Amino acid sequence: MKRYSAFAIAREALRGHTGWDRAWARAEPKAAYDVIIVGAGGHGLATAYYLGRNHGIRNVAILEKGWLGGGNTGRNTTIIRSNYLQDPSAAIYEKSRSLYETLSQELNYNVMFSPRGVMMLAQTHHEVRGYQRTAHANALQGVATEFIAPAKVKELCPIINIDGPRYPVLGALWQPRGGTARHDAVAWGYARACSDMGMHVLQKTEVTGVRSENGQVTGVETNRGFIGCGKLGIVVAGHSGVLADMAGFRLPIESVALQALVSEPIKPCMDVVVMANTVHGYMSQSDKGEMVIGGGADGYNNYTQRGSFHHIEETVRALIETFPMISRLKMLRQWGGIVDMTGDRSPIISKTPLGGCFINCGWGTGGFKAIPGSGWAMAELMVKGASPLADDFSLGRFREGRFIDESVAAGVAH
Amino acid sequence: MLILQCPCCGVDADETELSPGGEAHLKRYGPGSSEDDFEGYLFMRENPKGVHFERWRHAHGCGKWFHAARCTVTLEVFGTYPAQSYAPPQDILDRIAARRPGWRWREFA
Repeated sequence: MKRYSAFAIAREALRGHTGWDRAWARAEPKAAYDVIIVGAGGHGLATAYYLGRNHGIRNVAILEKGWLGGGNTGRNTTIIRSNYLQDPSAAIYEKSRSLYETLSQELNYNVMFSPRGVMMLAQTHHEVRGYQRTAHANALQGVATEFIAPAKVKELCPIINIDGPRYPVLGALWQPRGGTARHDAVAWGYARACSDMGMHVLQKTEVTGVRSENGQVTGVETNRGFIGCGKLGIVVAGHSGVLADMAGFRLPIESVALQALVSEPIKPCMDVVVMANTVHGYMSQSDKGEMVIGGGADGYNNYTQRGSFHHIEETVRALIETFPMISRLKMLRQWGGIVDMTGDRSPIISKTPLGGCFINCGWGTGGFKAIPGSGWAMAELMVKGASPLADDFSLGRFREGRFIDESVAAGVAH
Repeated sequence: MLILQCPCCGVDADETELSPGGEAHLKRYGPGSSEDDFEGYLFMRENPKGVHFERWRHAHGCGKWFHAARCTVTLEVFGTYPAQSYAPPQDILDRIAARRPGWRWREFA
């Protein structure tokens, strides 16, 4: 792999940009690999990357039925934060956030991590108490957050209306080192690094069945033929139920549509991320100037990658009340992704009833922020059979009543 | 927009009038049942890419619960039927079989 650098740009400028390599190699599937990861989104690619980087396992294929990073990795609102209430959540999300800090340098690929700060508005007294509690919990967990007063909210984000008639801003949970990153670049950067380690990133390769012998996985059927493997990692977000069905086990997961939209680009007006969970909308401004907006998920099972229109209306209505100046903005694009929701709104990183088969899913509406930490934990789990970051998120927690309840703690939006 | 006919009041209700209630025909297990059954009832859910049976409530209408048979890929509705049913009625199963050959969903296919 040729390294990207200012020198490389200068060199290529002089020779007409003829010397750039493909970012990742186009590979033909081998008969078998040590490890197959299903799903070349952020989580799948990060799992493969840390298998190679941390554990030296490089005979790995990452299978993707569509194109790289074309699922939820390319459909989210790119928010990165780690201000969760429960200890296991804080551990994995903060690990992830801290890995994002140096990810561009590590991958030699600019993921545009921008720790511009994330604030979650408290607009009811219940929320004030909830976020104060989270701030105290975060202090014990070593996650830098604080509860700030309305005046500070207004100072950090002048376009907010803090005196709304229905839901005035009573304060906010502020995480100064949260922020955003370029979502596509995260997938591309990991894919390039995986390819550089000799791994195969196989796009347009759809898994149609899981083959096993004596309760041990032996490989997967695909539209490009059978591919054998020693271990299998299923990292497919919304389609986790479909893959679990092939592998012969059930999941406590339902897949629903979550939507996002962006406005026309405008001049810089907002340099923090704001989440308003009571009125249910969140917004940040991209480097291109578009206002990036997200809202609530639909309440019913759906695989269409297209959500209900009235949810867009609710989201936009909430944000216009919070940010009156956006009321005349035109929206450019709107899209949906299929998110995999668990009952306690926490992910599953776990062994499965099928030997050699592991699953990483259930990130629901908030997976992007967790990509590096999730890959780190999943890789360790697949190699060692246990991981301090992943063990609390096992499938068995539902049976054993060890919920990691973030549905209450994090409000609704993740 | 999803439109379901409420089998109680007969209104064609769009989804802003309805509240989704999750998987239909769950068998409730209580004290004394096996851990597998209890875990399955409480947490494990059908999550099909295709035909699905769900509970809905006509929340901003007559207020009654009912069942719906729907495709999660196309949002096609195969029919709705009263909540007081242990299984989908035969005419809805026939319609699904005609539209989605080879479909399966728990014990009903």
